[in-house]
Amino acid sequence: MWPLVAFALLLAAWHFAVIWTGTKVLPSPLEVKNGLAELLQEHVLWNDIQDSLRRVVIGFGLAALLGIPLGLTLGWYPGANKVVNPVIQILRPISPIAWIPVAILFLGVGDHAATSLIFLGAFFPIVVSCVDGVNNVPSVFRRAGRNFGLSPLQLLGRVVFPAALPQIIVGLRIAFGIAWLVVVAAEMVAVDSGLGYLIIDSRNSGKRYDLVVAAMLLIGIIGLALDFLFRGLERVKSVRWGFRHES
Amino acid sequence: MKDLNLLVRLRPVAFIAVLLAIWQVAVMRHPGQLLPSPWQVVGGLADLLRHGLLFKYVVASLFRVTWGFGLAVILAIPLGLIIGWYHRADTALGPVIEVLRPISPLAWIPIAILWFGVGDLSAIFLIFLGSFFPLLLTAINAVRSIPDVYVNAGRNFGLRPLDLIHRVLYPAVIPQLLIGLRISLGVAWLVVVAAEMIAVNSGLGFLIVDARNAGNRYDLVVAGMVVIGVIGLLLDMAMRSLEKVKSFRWSYSED
Amino acid sequence: MSTQTAGQHSSTRASTDTAKLSTHSLGMVFHRSGETIPVLENINLAVADGEFVCLLGPSGCGKSTLLNTMAGFLSPTSGEVRVDNEIVQGPDPRRIFVFQERGVFPWLTVEGNIAFGLANLTRQERDRRIAHYVQMVGLQGFEKAYPSELSGGMKQRLEVARALAVNPDMLLLDEPFGALDSITRLTMRHELLRIWQAERKTIVFVTHDIDEAVQLADRVVVMSARPASIRQIVTIDIPHPRDISSARYLELRDGIFAQIGLAHKI
Repeated sequence: MWPLVAFALLLAAWHFAVIWTGTKVLPSPLEVKNGLAELLQEHVLWNDIQDSLRRVVIGFGLAALLGIPLGLTLGWYPGANKVVNPVIQILRPISPIAWIPVAILFLGVGDHAATSLIFLGAFFPIVVSCVDGVNNVPSVFRRAGRNFGLSPLQLLGRVVFPAALPQIIVGLRIAFGIAWLVVVAAEMVAVDSGLGYLIIDSRNSGKRYDLVVAAMLLIGIIGLALDFLFRGLERVKSVRWGFRHES
Repeated sequence: MKDLNLLVRLRPVAFIAVLLAIWQVAVMRHPGQLLPSPWQVVGGLADLLRHGLLFKYVVASLFRVTWGFGLAVILAIPLGLIIGWYHRADTALGPVIEVLRPISPLAWIPIAILWFGVGDLSAIFLIFLGSFFPLLLTAINAVRSIPDVYVNAGRNFGLRPLDLIHRVLYPAVIPQLLIGLRISLGVAWLVVVAAEMIAVNSGLGFLIVDARNAGNRYDLVVAGMVVIGVIGLLLDMAMRSLEKVKSFRWSYSED
Repeated sequence: MSTQTAGQHSSTRASTDTAKLSTHSLGMVFHRSGETIPVLENINLAVADGEFVCLLGPSGCGKSTLLNTMAGFLSPTSGEVRVDNEIVQGPDPRRIFVFQERGVFPWLTVEGNIAFGLANLTRQERDRRIAHYVQMVGLQGFEKAYPSELSGGMKQRLEVARALAVNPDMLLLDEPFGALDSITRLTMRHELLRIWQAERKTIVFVTHDIDEAVQLADRVVVMSARPASIRQIVTIDIPHPRDISSARYLELRDGIFAQIGLAHKI
């Protein structure tokens, strides 16, 4: 009950702020709602959403496909990790967005550039969380595995990986959030379709701020929905033990 | 034995050197294309230093981060602590926060430009937005995870609310807050680069976009990227060293 | 003190050749942040096949370390451990270690945990064994449950079942009931003895609880504080089931109390 009250209050505050200040620059909630309806009716919106989702899925998928094995390997062989880790630490703080000119240079303006930026954004968090996941496996489990006569490879597959899985999933969820952030940025600069592009375009061609805010809300809602999906993963029984659940 | 130790320490350096060598060779084998070699990047850096641009841009970027991040800290942490402490506030505001959170600060760019025009304020606003939510959530979670035992012990010893906050709440949340600060600072640094690419006319992000637009100076582009990476790393290391300060370390000794 | 003489004889009832497990002048020194910490000193012990031996001592004295070297997780810095007269080189499924409930794999069900060491068996054989040990430890009905849904005592029983399922020669238990409440502990001791009498495995059991040691073991190895050495080995010659109010029980128990130097009245 309370969340609705808070929500309603905020909407009201927004609405009245726009009316009282007579501002022309901020759309009122009503205008945004209409803008949203307008977008939903236009076929283009669905294409934009699809484009954004597609890029995220491909970029993220690649990052997971490459990042998880790499992360597991680095976590399992501390020697290798000591060698490679400094490189990762140096590359990681370079925002994917700073890579945009290089991406455009190599891949031109278009899908591939956006996808590769998403890949970059998701790759490092995934690798790091895999390494941490492996390192944080309690030694009890490793010892028990060895006790039952498992070879190192079996140990990795049957004990370390399942034990690290909760942490890996958290890393995947965070990386996905970053991917969603990056796709919006990438689309603002490097492609001409998708939700990020929609925002820039609505502003550039006609100062349609109602559409801008509508698109922003849409981005927020879709991002939230995707986050929920991931949290759903965390409830799967064979992983659930690794998460503290609110009672 | 000491020689062996040194050899092991040098391995990551050797690895980086090998990567750089591969990069250099790859560029030299494809003349006429735009990606600079490591050597050219160094030249680009020297160029920037000579013209005083590097210093100017670094200062501009750091300035914006300081303001945006600082504002976020001042607002988000107390707010987060309060929301975390008062259950009602949490249930009421929680969903609203959850909806606003996934909206990338970059999506706010047109609004920022609309309200603040192209310039410092836009960038600071965006950085503020980018840091605000992670900090808020960290503060809320930090308060929520204080074991009841501590609060009860404080009350048992007759602490008044103000004392309770000062002597129980604050020390208990510091370790998590530090981690949250470090992560948010990373986000802030990410956002400043993006914001500068689009909404202002100075700073490291702008350098990257400008160097490309005004003449395909990719050596400057990559030099800028390197500087961004290094500063980001330094900021991260500075925050980590804060976490190591002994009086903050108590929570890490658990388990 | 008649207890002393009765307890003192036969510190090596089994000769070292026929012992199932034996340690020879075993010593253990840890190096931590520049310091040298001696933990175990000159441990000579022989455990016979099918015997139940308790390692008793105060917390931190090194008895867990000793157990770990027996299991092969640690290598002694001096001396050696032999099982079936072969030097122990590393962990082996013939000597299964039972941890304090935390050793149970949380991502596997009860069935999954018990089946963990049984990958080499046929499906039929595996199912048969799972059913047998689920029954034996009293977890019927919980086959599909996950450890997070089990109580501490049940998790401990699961771990014992998992250990037994691979039919090891020896069980090494490291204060397995330490995390349980005292009532559950009594039940679990009873269960363990029942299983031991059914399967007759060699058991080495670490505890700091004097009563527990006297209730369970054939012989109690009383260890000193760190650096740990064997103070005394007490033979408990009471047949099972042991009456914990009997004079003999109290006599043996008091003997150990005195050996450790504990006051009689609280």
